[in-house]
Amino acid sequence: MIFERRHIISTKDFSREEIDLILDRAERLEPYARGGGLDLLRGHVVATLFFEPSTRTRLSFDTAVKRLGGTTIGFDSAESTSTAKGETLFDTIKVIESYADAIVIRHHREGAARMASEISSVPVINAGDGAGHHPTQTLLDLYTMRKECRRPIEDLNVAIVGDLKYGRTVHSLAYALSLYRARLSLVSPEQLRMPGSIINYLRGKGVELVETPRIEDVLTEADVLYMTRIQKERFPDPSEYLKVADSYRITPNTLKGVKDDMIIMHPLPRVNEIDPMVDSTPHARYFRQAFYGVPIRMAVLSLVLGKEA
Amino acid sequence: MASNERELRVKPINNGTVIDHIEAGQALNVLKILGIGGHTRHVVSVLMNVPSVAMGAKDVVKVEDRELEPEEVDTIALIAPRATINIIRNYEVVEKFRVAMPGSVTGIIRCGNPNCISNSHEPVSSRFVVESTSPVLLRCSYCEFVLDENIADHLL
Repeated sequence: MIFERRHIISTKDFSREEIDLILDRAERLEPYARGGGLDLLRGHVVATLFFEPSTRTRLSFDTAVKRLGGTTIGFDSAESTSTAKGETLFDTIKVIESYADAIVIRHHREGAARMASEISSVPVINAGDGAGHHPTQTLLDLYTMRKECRRPIEDLNVAIVGDLKYGRTVHSLAYALSLYRARLSLVSPEQLRMPGSIINYLRGKGVELVETPRIEDVLTEADVLYMTRIQKERFPDPSEYLKVADSYRITPNTLKGVKDDMIIMHPLPRVNEIDPMVDSTPHARYFRQAFYGVPIRMAVLSLVLGKEA
Repeated sequence: MASNERELRVKPINNGTVIDHIEAGQALNVLKILGIGGHTRHVVSVLMNVPSVAMGAKDVVKVEDRELEPEEVDTIALIAPRATINIIRNYEVVEKFRVAMPGSVTGIIRCGNPNCISNSHEPVSSRFVVESTSPVLLRCSYCEFVLDENIADHLL
């Protein structure tokens, strides 16, 4: 498995063995994710090009580079760049590739990172392309399950709740979990069900899955409750939105009867999906999940830059 | 008999390419794929809805004094999978082959996802991988959007 100089565009580009290798490396690097003087990337510059706003992803990439002893350049909105003057992404990448050893990119258009990877002579890491892919989010989700659940991923029953139609996070996650043959419970309102093409793919891979609009149907069996945000603009009728949002809200009360070791994850930001009272229950893992973004991104960066760790 | 009938409509060509067995209604799209428009200098004949025993009705395109290469015509298979290519020299068919579906298609079809990077002002051509030939199923190499119907409507 050669990772050096490889682009990280979609989780689908990776085999299970390759994903496991990334997770193993993240585990080795995790002790240094809060500091500790690693200098694997000393003298290296990583460009973080965020054409779209982001908090966690951008800052965790930034942290990952710095924890590895490297430096970052970049921007966090397109307005302050030549893009505002009409420069193409193509030209931006041609310029930045001569400044940096790797490029992390978030862009509002699907396929932007793939295009960048075809232009760039340095590795490109996709940090989200529109409704497309966000592979490091999927990797950190898997890492969270591996670290926080008592069973291996292949034995887990993962309930994914919310907007399963448009959410890029859940599509990538479902694909990745199919590599492990984890059981899936897909909970969404009728109009936000997971696209048929993905369901067919999962079934074709032999994944055991159920679909239901009722969260109560899956709560007691779930090992992982993966919550996602439902966006108001998906509903033509605001009252319909409120009804759905309310029915999927997790409170300490909803958690009665769940498995003791069930964990709750969320890619964040949350709005109303999880009552802040849940934060102090033994089930909450979403903040730790956000932290795991650092070791995962340290692992990915060190791998594509060909550093042993 | 059918052949005589066709010859009455448009005379045989001396040299060039005859694209036969095009699905009825697709002749103009075939010209579009081949990049043959109003500015062409070649004599081009288009026959539409020609009666055909095998197909019911078919379209035929004749391009005089130009021999089309297989890789040039293979993309026709996207909209006319049964098309046959006849290379004509001195009124004789010297070569005859069927179009073969290519593995990928570049710069011919627009991605159906309006938010795909290939639909922006970036200097890149659209590119699709042919995932299946029957039915025709194309996947965008950039955004992974799947195009599976009305492919002719997406011709650039």
